[in-house]
Amino acid sequence: MSKLHSTNQLEALYKKVLSDKAHKNRIISISSGTCGQARGSIKLVEAFQDAIIDDKDKISLKVSGCHGFCAAEPNVIIYPQEIFYKNLKPEDAPRIVQSVLNDEIIPELTVSQNGTNFIHLEEIPFYSHQKRILLHDNPLIDPTNIEDYLALGGYKALSKAFEMQPEEIIETIKLSGLRGRGGAGFPTGRKWDITRGQKSEVKYIICNADEGDPGAYMDRSLLEGNSQSILEGMIIGAYAMGATKGWVYVRTEYPLAVQNVILNIDKAQELGLLGENILGSGFSFDIEVVRGAGAFVCGEETALIHSIESMRGIPSQRPPFPAQKGLFNKPTNINNVETWANVPKILVNGADWFANIGSETCKGTKIFSLVGKVKNTGLVEVPMGITLREVVYDIGEGSPKGKKIKAVQTGGPSGGCIPENMFDLAVDYESLTGAGSIMGSGGMIVMDEDTCMVDFARYFTNFLQGESCGNCSACREGTQRMYEILTDITEGKAEEDSLELLEELAHVIKNASLCGLGQTAPNPVLSTIRYYKDEYLAHIRDKRCPAGVCKTLIKYQIDANNCTGCGLCTKNCPSGAIEGELKQTHSIDQEKCIKCGICSDVCKFNSIITE
Amino acid sequence: MPKIRIDGIEFDAPKGWTILEVAKFLGIDIPTLCYHEGLTPWSGCRLCLVEIVQGNTTKLAASCTYPAEEGLIVRTASKKIINTRKVVLELLIAQCPTSRTLQDLASKMGLNRVRFKPKWEHCIYCGLCVRMCKEQMMTRSIGFVNRGKQLKITTPFDKTSEECRRCGGCMYICPACNLRCVGPNPQTIVCGSCYNKLQPTCLDVYDSYSCWMGLKGECGTCVTEKPKEKKEI
Repeated sequence: MSKLHSTNQLEALYKKVLSDKAHKNRIISISSGTCGQARGSIKLVEAFQDAIIDDKDKISLKVSGCHGFCAAEPNVIIYPQEIFYKNLKPEDAPRIVQSVLNDEIIPELTVSQNGTNFIHLEEIPFYSHQKRILLHDNPLIDPTNIEDYLALGGYKALSKAFEMQPEEIIETIKLSGLRGRGGAGFPTGRKWDITRGQKSEVKYIICNADEGDPGAYMDRSLLEGNSQSILEGMIIGAYAMGATKGWVYVRTEYPLAVQNVILNIDKAQELGLLGENILGSGFSFDIEVVRGAGAFVCGEETALIHSIESMRGIPSQRPPFPAQKGLFNKPTNINNVETWANVPKILVNGADWFANIGSETCKGTKIFSLVGKVKNTGLVEVPMGITLREVVYDIGEGSPKGKKIKAVQTGGPSGGCIPENMFDLAVDYESLTGAGSIMGSGGMIVMDEDTCMVDFARYFTNFLQGESCGNCSACREGTQRMYEILTDITEGKAEEDSLELLEELAHVIKNASLCGLGQTAPNPVLSTIRYYKDEYLAHIRDKRCPAGVCKTLIKYQIDANNCTGCGLCTKNCPSGAIEGELKQTHSIDQEKCIKCGICSDVCKFNSIITE
Repeated sequence: MPKIRIDGIEFDAPKGWTILEVAKFLGIDIPTLCYHEGLTPWSGCRLCLVEIVQGNTTKLAASCTYPAEEGLIVRTASKKIINTRKVVLELLIAQCPTSRTLQDLASKMGLNRVRFKPKWEHCIYCGLCVRMCKEQMMTRSIGFVNRGKQLKITTPFDKTSEECRRCGGCMYICPACNLRCVGPNPQTIVCGSCYNKLQPTCLDVYDSYSCWMGLKGECGTCVTEKPKEKKEI
């Protein structure tokens, strides 16, 4: 493709791309992001390539980014009917191809529940309750092919932006009510306005793709599946703010995302959508990719800036804010991946359209990664203000083993937990903060009754003590001491006053820390103390773990009424602690028992009880 | 010049000053540890925290790096600040009980208990040596390595640095290894031997804002020696 010099040439390209695609309307789209590849999509892709070899002119195969339904991967979507097939094996490829050619459906491969088969995408409960604005395009785009993005109306927002004044664009973003999707929820339009207002010839913008939360992968799937939308958002933002250069800061742990972003930047440069004099508008802008080494703290904007400047990734105090003095001491605007991806949608559909989605204070949709003890794990895009109950029970369909759901943790490791009785809470920035948690970047971890909340707080505090940059003493020493106290509690060594000390320490860390990491680090501790104080007291006073998780406080025993003497536990016990004749009730030698819990997992008669 | 209000005192701060510099100029005592006049401020030790009014609420921020901006309202010694500083110092002393500088600060701030197990480490990661080496000795032979629990200050790859001139600047400035406290009592960790020797240096006007002990004259020093009614601004 040759370089485009005006918006008219872009229009001509749209026509060409659409007419090229017109005769090939049967598409098999395979979800093949990093997550899909881990579930075996590479073999599936090979099988499909072999299967369609004779019908290449009738069906086009699309190896796309993540479709979002992790529990169903590897999956395919057949267009134009939007038929969804889940958990496929390479052997299924030939008959799926055959069925597409014959316009048939294979019911046994579709999502089924209680005897009902859900054939089409919009019928599946996981998808039907969502509002997919950003993720909608993922299955239709081959990330290595810019034409797919153009066919969906890509870069129309940019041509529209070039017809507007920069102030008008900022005004549109302000009216839309878009707020930063990185976690803090600062109004994007206002942030842009501040950067635009700075008197400097050189300004920079950054896309923050340093997604470090365990169990969160929204940004990764957007970068892998649809990086052009992020680039388009950045070009529009740069034009509105008068920025000259942009960076995408993405972690090296996302190799596919890095590869796709670099590839797409090259493609955009080839087309003249990046570089000197973009589409003949006189505006020049370029984007570079910087790979982060995977420090959690580098998601904090000042630490991220230091990291791009090749310094140690440690935060510094704000003010001065990056908008005043950021990267290389120039005014810098930093937005999250999801924020940038929203920008083209707002410009194309208008601010009112966006402002009509969502709640009173929070507009638009938000992508969450729904993980943990829930049946339908995956990426869910829902309008702001939806209740947690809808997300967990309607989209997630509750616990996979039919257990009672206990709580949800929102906002990654430094978020708090929200108990089941508060699930009618609307998901937006204010109500989550009010409940002692945070929106964060959008992780959502579901916990069932088998989760010990003290152990849960300890787990995340351990993550945070390792990821604290160590610059400020409150966060570095504070998180280590919190972990120490929590470990004592889970091991039954804690005294009565340690809970008080833990709470005091948590408040000090929250108040005294330099950056967002430290200020939110006590959230798991504070929220569990707030909602599950009885569990803490059971550990401290009665030396008992109600959920039966904390190893030192529990004892495995065999229920004589249920034990059939099958010997399965004896066979599997790694320390030889279980004794008993076949068909006789077995017993556990407590001195030899290492409390690994294998006996409880293998027993088919529920005869292992924890005390 | 930006006008700020610090502990009720209106002040036209020269451009580029930090809150700590303003406080020092006005004679308001703010404890510091990782701050040194000859080095760039670091805001790592969190002892120089002050309370800044923000809308309807306040936040704590390190005064050594916070610029004195127009309209800023600052308190330097509220109960919240004193309690927070005490816990932070408690954390630091538990890490390195042998530091004389920390023990002196504990005496000055009235910290008389440490509720954490002592680690008996020899470094509190204040970064003074790293900045001394880089900024004053124009060498970069030591630096921070790793993060979180594994954080340490060392030469590149733990090998003897060719850059290092053995000037000793790092040792000179270190608050943990330069002055060793010989007194720490293993039972309490806080030494306390000089607790009564350090007399507070008091300001002229006392209230909960400006008494650095946050005690409103409860220590007795000012009340007996400088009757309050005679002193007014």
